[in-house]
Amino acid sequence: MPNLGTQTGQFEIAPISLWRRGMNGFVTLAAGAAVVLVLLPLGAIFAYLIYKGLGSINWAFLTQTPKPVGEAGGGMANAIAGSAYVLAIASVMGVPIGIGAGIYLAEYGRNRFGDVIRFTADVLNGVPSIVVGIVAYGIVVLGQGHFSALAGGVALAIMMIPTITRTSEEMLLLVPNAVREAAYGLGVSRWRTTLSITLRTATSGVITGVMLAFARVAGETAPLLFTAFGNQYWNWKMNQPTAALSLQVYTYAISPFDEWHRQAWAGALILIVLIVASVSAVRIAAGRGMLKGAN
Amino acid sequence: MGVGIKVEHLNAWFGKTQALHDISIDVPANHATAVIGPSGCGKSTFVRCLNRMHETVPDARATGKVRMGELDVYNGTAAVQIRRRIGMVFQKANPFPTMSIYDNVAAGLKLNGFHDRQRLDEIVERSLKLSALWDEVKDTLRKKSGASLSGGQQQRLCIARALAVSPEVLLMDEPCSALDPISTGKIEELIFQLKENFTIVIVTHNMQQASRVAEFTGFFLLGKLIEFDKTEKIFTTPSDKRTEDYITGRFG
Ligand SMILES: Nc1ncnc2c1ncn2[C@@H]1O[C@H](COP(=O)(O)OP(=O)(O)O)[C@@H](O)[C@H]1O
Ligand SMILES: [Mg+2]
Repeated sequence: MPNLGTQTGQFEIAPISLWRRGMNGFVTLAAGAAVVLVLLPLGAIFAYLIYKGLGSINWAFLTQTPKPVGEAGGGMANAIAGSAYVLAIASVMGVPIGIGAGIYLAEYGRNRFGDVIRFTADVLNGVPSIVVGIVAYGIVVLGQGHFSALAGGVALAIMMIPTITRTSEEMLLLVPNAVREAAYGLGVSRWRTTLSITLRTATSGVITGVMLAFARVAGETAPLLFTAFGNQYWNWKMNQPTAALSLQVYTYAISPFDEWHRQAWAGALILIVLIVASVSAVRIAAGRGMLKGAN
Repeated sequence: MGVGIKVEHLNAWFGKTQALHDISIDVPANHATAVIGPSGCGKSTFVRCLNRMHETVPDARATGKVRMGELDVYNGTAAVQIRRRIGMVFQKANPFPTMSIYDNVAAGLKLNGFHDRQRLDEIVERSLKLSALWDEVKDTLRKKSGASLSGGQQQRLCIARALAVSPEVLLMDEPCSALDPISTGKIEELIFQLKENFTIVIVTHNMQQASRVAEFTGFFLLGKLIEFDKTEKIFTTPSDKRTEDYITGRFG
């Protein structure tokens, strides 16, 4: 045994000082307070929506289309379906393009062209949603000659893409290079490594980015005003105007009728619940597919 | 069966800096060859040139001739084909974090389009037995992720993964440098068994390890191969003064 100058068991551990204990308590408290401050607005919004809107939610509200002015009853079934429809169109276009661009930036984009895409995505992220709506109007609506679900989907897709691109890129860059090297060392080609190893390793992060973008555009109204436009009836055609929850809430909220105000609150509540539900569902599904112990 | 590797006038660069200078060496088949030398002398670069991993680094390039048996490594064959025949184990164990133990071992085959379930099961079992990990993981093959194993187990998992694609040569870049003595012992034992069927090149920082596992040793210094000989000769009567200085601990 080397002589370390002390005998085992003879040294003492200094007691934790009062200052350190006090500091510890203070930081814990501050962190707790911060959590409350973050959750407070969310809780407040939920509580207020439930208070104002829950009373108007009934079976008819969830299954019927709007009634003409003056008639009581009616619902937002077509708007709920329309929102889902427009969001589905937006996701089908925006998710693959966003993830694809993210893959390009992370794996192949360390060059001038990559920098241009990064800059474009960041600028696009800051473009006001009403402007995106005008662009979609100019391209799709004027091109087709009428408002449509497709135009609404394009507008929302344009808004989803930069968020998905940048988060996907960041999540892919978090995958250690050693993981890529492991695949190359097995004779796996570069594109195969990117899709089957790097992207797979980053899946949960990429999904978070997609859900973030989805939740952000799900409640958008401005870009739908002159694209999807709104509709009092059911519509399942891509090239026809379609209702959307956010549009319906907007129309009802600025109307002069009390009944419509109540329905606007109910619509807003449904919108929030559906966003939370779909984000949670995707998270749970993604979590199931992943192994225990994997990150 | 392993095959020998013949390296002639190998030079390697990272951008403008040259990392290897005119290396010529004959790595004998079915033996373990150790590569020793101080940090930064080009050991990793050298082994990564053998299976063309070097060129995966941006701006890296290499010149010279590498022959593996009858095969010209740098001419006429795709790099991915070469890497299936010359497997690699890295310094830090790098299992695929989101894959189960089974999928980690099967990855090389599956990703290259091999999907025969029954054959995969056999190969995974055989590879894990070869890397002496089978008994420890056979009950949790599909349940546990590769990343949940201990460091030493992870490194043996990486060895199994490399063996599963049936290479003829196995390159090991300081495979034990992050492991405790017991895990290191297990891997050294493994190397002993593996060289019956594979040619092994092992980079090591540890000279005792070189003398324990390798019949031949090459000493690198500043990107040059100073001396290559039987391990015993290198460690007892080296012919170059610089080799002697290094192994007696005068620098490095
Ligand atoms: N990715 C890289 N980019 C630039 N230079 C590198 C890179 N990897 C290694 N080098 C340089 O090449 C030389 C040899 O490195 P390496 O082969 O890793 O040495 P060793 O494995 O013997 O420690 C060193 O001088 C190192 O700085
Ligand atoms: Mg090294």
